[in-house]
Amino acid sequence: MESVLGRYRNLTILVGVLFLQVLGLAVQVKRGADAEHTRLIRIWAVGVITPFERGLVWAQNGSGNLWHNYFFLRGVRAENRQLKEQIEQMRLEQVRLSEDATQAHRLQSLLAFKEQFIAKTVPAQVIGSSGSDLSRSIYIDKGDNAGLKPDMAVITAGGIVGKVWIVYPSTSLVLMINDQSSGVGAMVEKSRLQGVVRGTPDGELILDRVMSDETIAPGDPLLSSGGDRIFPKGLPVGTVIKVIPGREMFLSIRVKPAADLSRVEEVLVVTEKQEREPVAEGGAKVRAADILAQRLPSVPDNPPAVTGTAAAVSSGVPVPGGSGAAAKPQANAAGRPPTAAGTAETLPKTTNGAASPAGSKVAGPGGANGISIVEQPATSGDALKTVVQRTPSADPASNSGSGSTAGSNSASSATPNVTPKSANPAAKPATAQPKPTSPPVNPHPAATEDNPH
Amino acid sequence: MPITYTSGEQIEVYRFSIPVTVGVPLLALFLQAFLPRRLTFLSYLDLPLLVTIFFAMARRNPISGLFTGAAIGLMQDMLGPYPIGIYGIAKTVVGYGASSLGAKLDVENAGARLLVTLGFYLVHAAVYFTVARGMVNLTLNWSWSRGILAGLANALVGVALYFLLDKFKQRT
Repeated sequence: MESVLGRYRNLTILVGVLFLQVLGLAVQVKRGADAEHTRLIRIWAVGVITPFERGLVWAQNGSGNLWHNYFFLRGVRAENRQLKEQIEQMRLEQVRLSEDATQAHRLQSLLAFKEQFIAKTVPAQVIGSSGSDLSRSIYIDKGDNAGLKPDMAVITAGGIVGKVWIVYPSTSLVLMINDQSSGVGAMVEKSRLQGVVRGTPDGELILDRVMSDETIAPGDPLLSSGGDRIFPKGLPVGTVIKVIPGREMFLSIRVKPAADLSRVEEVLVVTEKQEREPVAEGGAKVRAADILAQRLPSVPDNPPAVTGTAAAVSSGVPVPGGSGAAAKPQANAAGRPPTAAGTAETLPKTTNGAASPAGSKVAGPGGANGISIVEQPATSGDALKTVVQRTPSADPASNSGSGSTAGSNSASSATPNVTPKSANPAAKPATAQPKPTSPPVNPHPAATEDNPH
Repeated sequence: MPITYTSGEQIEVYRFSIPVTVGVPLLALFLQAFLPRRLTFLSYLDLPLLVTIFFAMARRNPISGLFTGAAIGLMQDMLGPYPIGIYGIAKTVVGYGASSLGAKLDVENAGARLLVTLGFYLVHAAVYFTVARGMVNLTLNWSWSRGILAGLANALVGVALYFLLDKFKQRT
């Protein structure tokens, strides 16, 4: 026996070494995909290799910055001009989008949708890769010391990149979405069709689990669906580039990643997400039926049963749930959805022309009732200064319930020229006003972002 | 360019200083991790494999070769996201095979090195795929055209690299 072992010593050692490695591999596979139990061993290798990578990246960036920031400034002036023009265009776009966003927010709050917000991100730089063309993973220069944890989303401005896989003290291994063991919950932007985006062994992306009877076309953008609990909903994932019938009943859909995964250099790690129900601005709970009723043209205007609240607004006394800058939803009888009290710049246009976004200096020519409202943004102590001016043609009888001038019914008709200073509880109305018939108004406005007191 | 069979007396066994023994594999691992992010086409190269083959052939000692391969392979595994041991097993086999071959054949000339490197690249890929699919359940697609092209690229780079590393050889 001894002679046999001696004769085949090399082979015996080879078999022994291979056996040990196979055994170790089997243990890891049995324990699952979690790399935590091999973390200590990996730290050694990563600790040896990554400092050199960090050093080289640092030197590369330093020399690059020196060149680009101090020497190679050709065309910067023209680029600056272009960027300024772009900013102007984007500002216009932003105004339009903010209107849409506000409306979407309001509707979501009615339906008790939960939204995910990226609350905090950590920027990181890519310093290297895993060193294998069979795995798609990269190393970034932030780790446990920067608050990173496994399964955090890694994104760029272009789209999602991957997730944090293993965290070391000062570096992290990021598994990219085109790795074959990755999976991202995704949906088609237009049709909201959901599927799973997976990596292939060749490093490509496919949209999986889409039935063959679904309609999906090349060029359709894909967004993250949020279903994987890693990537927040709505981030760009990629674009469909090819759709072919696959095996069984599913389509084979190839996807081009939104982020350039092979050239990504800087990334953001989403270290904190928040999930909350969007709060309807104004804070007041409004039934969906009320909004529908207000929007339907056949429904008559609400009777002026909210005199007290309206008077409070017109007299500058803030109403609960707002800082008094805009009409309360209940007092809004001009056929528009409830709006933000205190942040009235989001008011949509009304149908009677009597109101315009509050926060602007002049709220329109008076409209049908001949009342002009001059509103100013809330300042400390004075949540609102409202100047109600009655024009000569105004008919007091026609003032009941008209848009954001809803407060201009009894109070304004009784006092044609008032300039109340209100939100300060100590301040009394500047002029004598008839007492409202509605329940007394809380002189202390609810705290808002605009008026935290 | 013939691969000549040599007698035991003709075989020269080399050794390397400790800095070279440790530094060259580490440098290969570092470059393997660093360069493909900057130059994508370099991802076809497997520098740790080339270094494994070189040391194994130069030392001509199967035990030394298999341990060199195991160490480099395991280190490469540690940098990746998959379980540790896939590259380790593949490079252990290559290290053993290359050193065994180096003990019997003259692998000092460029042609022999080219063929040997191409052959061991394919062996390495075969073992890696077998282990990855059989044990770790990874889905890997084998393409002969890609495999042979990558093997040729590695062999060409390997020949140049071996001549560079020959300068660190020390006669025993």
